[in-house]
Amino acid sequence: MQDPSITEDLIASHGLSPDEYALILEIIGRTPSFTELGIFSAMWNEHCSYKSSKKWLRTLPTEGPQVICGPGENAGIVDIGDGQCVVFKMESHNHPSYIEPYQGAATGVGGILRDVFTMGARPVAAMNSLSFGETSHPKTRQLVNGVVEGVGGYGNCFGVPTVGGEVRFDPAYNGNCLVNAFAAGIADTDAIFYSAASGIGMPVVYLGAKTGRDGVGGATMASAEFDDTIEEKRPTVQVGDPFTEKRLMEATLELMQTGAVISIQDMGAAGLTCSAVEMGDKGDLGVRLDLEKVPCREENMTAYEMMLSESQERMLMVLRPEKEAVAKAVFDKWDLDFAIVGETIAEDRFLIMHNGECKADLPLKALSGNAPEYDRPYSAPAAPEALADVPQIDAIDGLRGLISSPNYASKEWVYAQYDTMVMADTARTPSIGAGMIRVHGTDKLLAFTSDVTPRYVKANPFEGGKQAVAEAYRNLCAVGATPLATTDNLNFGNPEKPEIMGQFVFAIKGIGEAVAALDMPIVSGNVSLYNETDGSGILPTPTIGAVGIVAHADEAILGEARDGHVALLVGESGTHLGQSALLAEVFNRIDGDAPHVDLDAEKRNGTFIRANHAMIKSCTDISDGGLALAAFEMAEKAGVGVHLNSDDTAVLFGEDQGRYLIACNFDQAEALMLAAGQAGVPIETVGKFTSDSVKFGASEAPLAELSTLFRSAFSDAVNG
Amino acid sequence: MHAAVLVFPGSNCDRDLAVAFEKSGAKVSMVWHKDAALPAGVDIVGVPGGFSYGDYLRCGAIAANSPICGALKTHVERGGYALGICNGFQVLTETHLLPGALRRNAGIKYICDTVELQVATADSAFTSGYTKDAVINVPIAHHDGNYFADDETLARLEGEDRIAFTYAKNPNGSVRDIAGILSENRRVLGMMPHPERALEATHGNTDGVAMFRALMDTMATA
Repeated sequence: MQDPSITEDLIASHGLSPDEYALILEIIGRTPSFTELGIFSAMWNEHCSYKSSKKWLRTLPTEGPQVICGPGENAGIVDIGDGQCVVFKMESHNHPSYIEPYQGAATGVGGILRDVFTMGARPVAAMNSLSFGETSHPKTRQLVNGVVEGVGGYGNCFGVPTVGGEVRFDPAYNGNCLVNAFAAGIADTDAIFYSAASGIGMPVVYLGAKTGRDGVGGATMASAEFDDTIEEKRPTVQVGDPFTEKRLMEATLELMQTGAVISIQDMGAAGLTCSAVEMGDKGDLGVRLDLEKVPCREENMTAYEMMLSESQERMLMVLRPEKEAVAKAVFDKWDLDFAIVGETIAEDRFLIMHNGECKADLPLKALSGNAPEYDRPYSAPAAPEALADVPQIDAIDGLRGLISSPNYASKEWVYAQYDTMVMADTARTPSIGAGMIRVHGTDKLLAFTSDVTPRYVKANPFEGGKQAVAEAYRNLCAVGATPLATTDNLNFGNPEKPEIMGQFVFAIKGIGEAVAALDMPIVSGNVSLYNETDGSGILPTPTIGAVGIVAHADEAILGEARDGHVALLVGESGTHLGQSALLAEVFNRIDGDAPHVDLDAEKRNGTFIRANHAMIKSCTDISDGGLALAAFEMAEKAGVGVHLNSDDTAVLFGEDQGRYLIACNFDQAEALMLAAGQAGVPIETVGKFTSDSVKFGASEAPLAELSTLFRSAFSDAVNG
Repeated sequence: MHAAVLVFPGSNCDRDLAVAFEKSGAKVSMVWHKDAALPAGVDIVGVPGGFSYGDYLRCGAIAANSPICGALKTHVERGGYALGICNGFQVLTETHLLPGALRRNAGIKYICDTVELQVATADSAFTSGYTKDAVINVPIAHHDGNYFADDETLARLEGEDRIAFTYAKNPNGSVRDIAGILSENRRVLGMMPHPERALEATHGNTDGVAMFRALMDTMATA
């Protein structure tokens, strides 16, 4: 088949701007071949090159004594003591999931699991942060059902417990849903594997599933806005096979124990191209590939298709040549492909041969190192609209308004479709707050949470960025865990618009300030831009995934509220209703500023909770929905009523930050009051857990009635 | 006691089951699906949960035709014990070591939850640690747990007291609320729920302990 000639249309359809194409001509000094154009497009698109975001990502705090490996590798690595580490990352699969929800979400989970086990870690926990359009939008139900089934279909079969996540609905996601998948694994600190190749003439080995035509051009697709041609983009979505991924994981971990692996990289976005360039670039080496040796599942695949395919469940490895037989035996055992497809070479060259014909011959370093980097113009966000008067409402009516919305109803419908307990180490299944697993064979627990309040970020990107980190910090502290580190998944609209770039820049500033103050550095992450359809963007959604540790299981706060427990509020009383859930869900308003975060108070209050875990039966952070929703959720989970003294709207539904709700017995409450006084932490009794009703001031309803509403609202909204 | 845990490609509760056996005092051998024989001296074979062979064709169908299942059949025919959990139950019906079949859940969707089980008989090595009609909490996590058998088979299972567990509140459409059944000689148990996920304080639930303890005690005195 004749390769097409390089025309302006072809260049544009590869997502390359005229300036970028001019740079290509300058680098190689000639017109690129079709395959070469494809390779540049794969390496230089927004998704792979971070060309709009790099400048700002560099400003994030990424170091700390606990950090073994920060951003830049497949996943971040954090020390958890005893010679072990936790390896984790969150990554988006937004565009594919909107086009083909089941496969898009499934392969999002597959991709993030691969990032973790590529480094030598066995995945032990997963989370998903999902954002959908309003439930009345014609696509939303199909997307929710497909995405949740896809996440479950992949993770359940692979065998990793899903321990947390978020699900939200907002009209701003009508044309672009968000699927952010998190995975964490455990490895021995002395057995971590990296992607940098070393040694000249070392065999480059292809591992895993065969290559097909699926996903060709996927990364480029994910770097553009959607328009009415979206249906035509379905072939760019990959198809996942979790059964193959499970075998690939077992085979890879077994292979790593044989000492055969010099370096290893999974094939994710831009497949063979990106993985080969990455290994060469990091090792200051060139790479030659002989494409006729690549295992293919379709006939007559061209060099272009093989280099750009995003077929799933594949890895690339640089092998110690003397270990070839033992390495191949491992892959034979698991019935997976093992093929030597090339070698490392001394010169800075990415040489692609196919049946003896040279299809690409490019300077390798230029593909990643010389990738364009933009300092996009941005405008400072406008000052938030002042908060108009908020009328007092009946407190129980306010609560009903929240829990009947799929945003604040129980997410049981979602979590019942995920295996939350496989591996038999789950200590806290998804509900309110963080999920937890035990580090297998030890007494340590790890806690996981994912948080962001996009409404806040829209109103005030800087405070909203801070708040996402602060809420993650609180969710970890509330279960007794010490926050360790963070992964960020930054979902925004079109960065070529100064106001969108402004949201991005200020959110990053807020995130950076918060992770520095709360000592939870960013160790990995992902940026997803161009989440726009027909010019309309999503709410800025910088999802924060955070990991914390409990050194001994008995230091975790895992109990539940009981009849007779005191309800204690840690932190100031509620006043802030701007951008609150109550305003959005009950009054259909989005005015006012986001709540501001006092990072010193966050740290002080979180430290207080952890230090006094022994006196706390149950604890939850107070976030959107305020004290009222926190108290209801805690009571509902425990199956006991709750009576709060106040019926004031701002006290009950205010979303001031740095706050926790505690359940404990009377003696413990007295001791906590004393300890709080010494630590300078505000604390007050706000009510008690008792009887079988929810009562705020004089407003009261049976717990059972509210519980039914809470547990049915989500499935009512997305079923039928 | 010596337990063998079968490992198929796609098994993902093999380690969990091995840990459960070990914690109850057994020595455990992991046995690869391509092996045609079990290690010498195996008292019980555990067929673990997961997605053997990716659930392709039918859940458990390809595993049932693997070399190791030939050895499993021989072990059972000689009066050996076997415990199949979740996908393991599906493998045991596909090998015809237990009657009936597991169909897609009536609600179509995958279900992960902790459910109440009623102990339908205490007359087996697996259930003698419970009292008949006791209600225990055990996690479920399956897409195809909807047990079916024809009326004649069901009448036999009931007549011979071979229904081990029933669901207190049927989650998946299983006929007569069946969650687990025993073989004719009562030495093979297949069940969809996961007792190996209910063994420790960390699990928040220890209702599975009595099963493994009774099993070990019975085999030790047999």
